[in-house]
Amino acid sequence: MSRRELSARHKGGRIDAEHVSIRLGSGADAFEAVQDVSFTIEPGEFVCILGPSGCGKSTLLGALAGHIKIAKGSLHVDSENVGGPHPDRGIVFQHHTLFPWKSARDNVAFGPKMRGIRKAERRRLASEMLELVGLSDFAHRYPKQLSGGMQQRVEIARVLVNRPRLLLMDEPFGALDALTRLMMQELLLAIWQRVPTTIVFVTHDIDEALFLADRIIVMSSRPGRILEVIEVPFARPRPTEIMASQEFGKLKAHCLSLLRSTLDGNALQRLSPLGITADARN
Amino acid sequence: MVRAPLCSQATEADSLAQSFESAYGRWIVRAISVAVCLLAWQAASRFRVDLGIITFANVPGPTDVLFAAIAFAKSPKVFAHIATSLTRVFAGYAIAVVVGIGLGLAIGKSRRAADLLSPPLELLRPIPAVAWIPLAVLMFPSSELSMIFITFIGAVFPILLNTVHGVENVDPRLIASARSLGGTRQAILWEVILPGAAPSIVTGLAVGMGTSWFCLITAEMISGQFGIGYFTWESYTLQNYADIVLGMVLIGMLGMGSSYLLRRIGAALTPWHTPEELRR
Ligand SMILES: Nc1ncnc2c1ncn2[C@@H]1O[C@H](COP(=O)(O)OP(=O)(O)OP(=O)(O)O)[C@@H](O)[C@H]1O
Ligand SMILES: [Mg+2]
Repeated sequence: MSRRELSARHKGGRIDAEHVSIRLGSGADAFEAVQDVSFTIEPGEFVCILGPSGCGKSTLLGALAGHIKIAKGSLHVDSENVGGPHPDRGIVFQHHTLFPWKSARDNVAFGPKMRGIRKAERRRLASEMLELVGLSDFAHRYPKQLSGGMQQRVEIARVLVNRPRLLLMDEPFGALDALTRLMMQELLLAIWQRVPTTIVFVTHDIDEALFLADRIIVMSSRPGRILEVIEVPFARPRPTEIMASQEFGKLKAHCLSLLRSTLDGNALQRLSPLGITADARN
Repeated sequence: MVRAPLCSQATEADSLAQSFESAYGRWIVRAISVAVCLLAWQAASRFRVDLGIITFANVPGPTDVLFAAIAFAKSPKVFAHIATSLTRVFAGYAIAVVVGIGLGLAIGKSRRAADLLSPPLELLRPIPAVAWIPLAVLMFPSSELSMIFITFIGAVFPILLNTVHGVENVDPRLIASARSLGGTRQAILWEVILPGAAPSIVTGLAVGMGTSWFCLITAEMISGQFGIGYFTWESYTLQNYADIVLGMVLIGMLGMGSSYLLRRIGAALTPWHTPEELRR
């Protein structure tokens, strides 16, 4: 499916970021975590943000969610300024933030409850969502009684029950073992087919980014800027076998060299400032 | 290779028997320990042991206390004393729960409320509740109210402090998530902050119950006309020495009973949270 077809299918979820800078800290400790970042993401697109640790990926995602104010530039979702958190822009973190005192189902039903939906109806919605992530049998468990992978699935269900325009994910599978991570990646793609939404997925795992994304935004080390935007050409649905393909290997090598160049520190940056100013807008 | 599982099974059975035996054995040791203490006490009071710095000459023995308990249970006073003490504790304690949790939520959640309320509370906090007794007697026209006030003072600070602590330690990520999911301030207070602080609040409630009893008994000894603390002190002045020990035992049992009740209620209110002590 081309990106244009995607936008025809989706009513919302377009992101426009123009010259976004984000400052963190206060007073003398204040610094620019994200610097002059511009990009556009089409409705229904799956975009990964790849970058070294500490480059400001989480910060950028926090700004998209509305938890962090931007210092410069503009951030729009479907032409609306991002003012604060909203159920239209759901966020999933590396470590689950499920309410420990609510069962899996009541956790998922939280969003509908906030919208004032009646109990029977929101339970139905929650059960439906839990079925989608394959956890119908665990609806009554407390988060503590679930495995890490299950907790993340409940977390995803809790966000998707609001039918968000944006699904923001901050290294959601980073704390899982390799096999579980792979299963979660496949599950996420399957869910995304059923519940179409724009996904912005932060990771520092190159394989993960290449397997999941339509496009990868590669960021530089702090302060975070866009190094390059990579189109991922693999057709969907994607079998895991593509990870063994030559094309995959080539793209992986390219990403790796990009990340390595940015990690090699400021000395290199001074020697060859080329490549750092790559225009990220499409 | 074939033998290995057999071997391990055998040792497993052994260790199982051993652990059963040791659990059984430990109970026997405990029972013997209690029996020895009671016997020593009985002997000390029977033979009026005088060690110079401490004397058992006037101390009633366990059997004396037992007879006193039987006599006390038959008299109509028993119900009145216990009921009076329980009413006082629960009245003062109930007010402390409402005030402590209410103020604690406000202080923990809003900086404005913290600036406004914390300074006077911090000034009052170091004063032990017992030190309030004379002033409380002056302040309240009825001694009943003054004693309820004392139990209130005893319970309110542990509840307040634990509530503030609990609210301040609610995971900010949970609050951020709740906001992202469409939670309003009001909803987040009920759905996230209160349950998030609940385990800490329950701790405060348990500690508060203990201090509440402590303060009540002291207050009753000083200014009561009824109640189990008064009964104990009165027994001393009337030289009913066996009743002194009976009073002490009753005070201990009532305190233990209330805190057990409280732990059960706390566990029922926070089913997702099982502290180690309850699991055993
Ligand atoms: N609240 C804060 N105050 C000050 N500095 C912060 C704060 N949060 C993050 N930082 C710093 O800002 C930079 C960007 O942080 P951010 O969490 O966005 O990085 P990241 O790309 O998500 O890293 P990681 O891959 O390790 O998660 C880091 O250098 C971090 O140390
Ligand atoms: Mg991060």
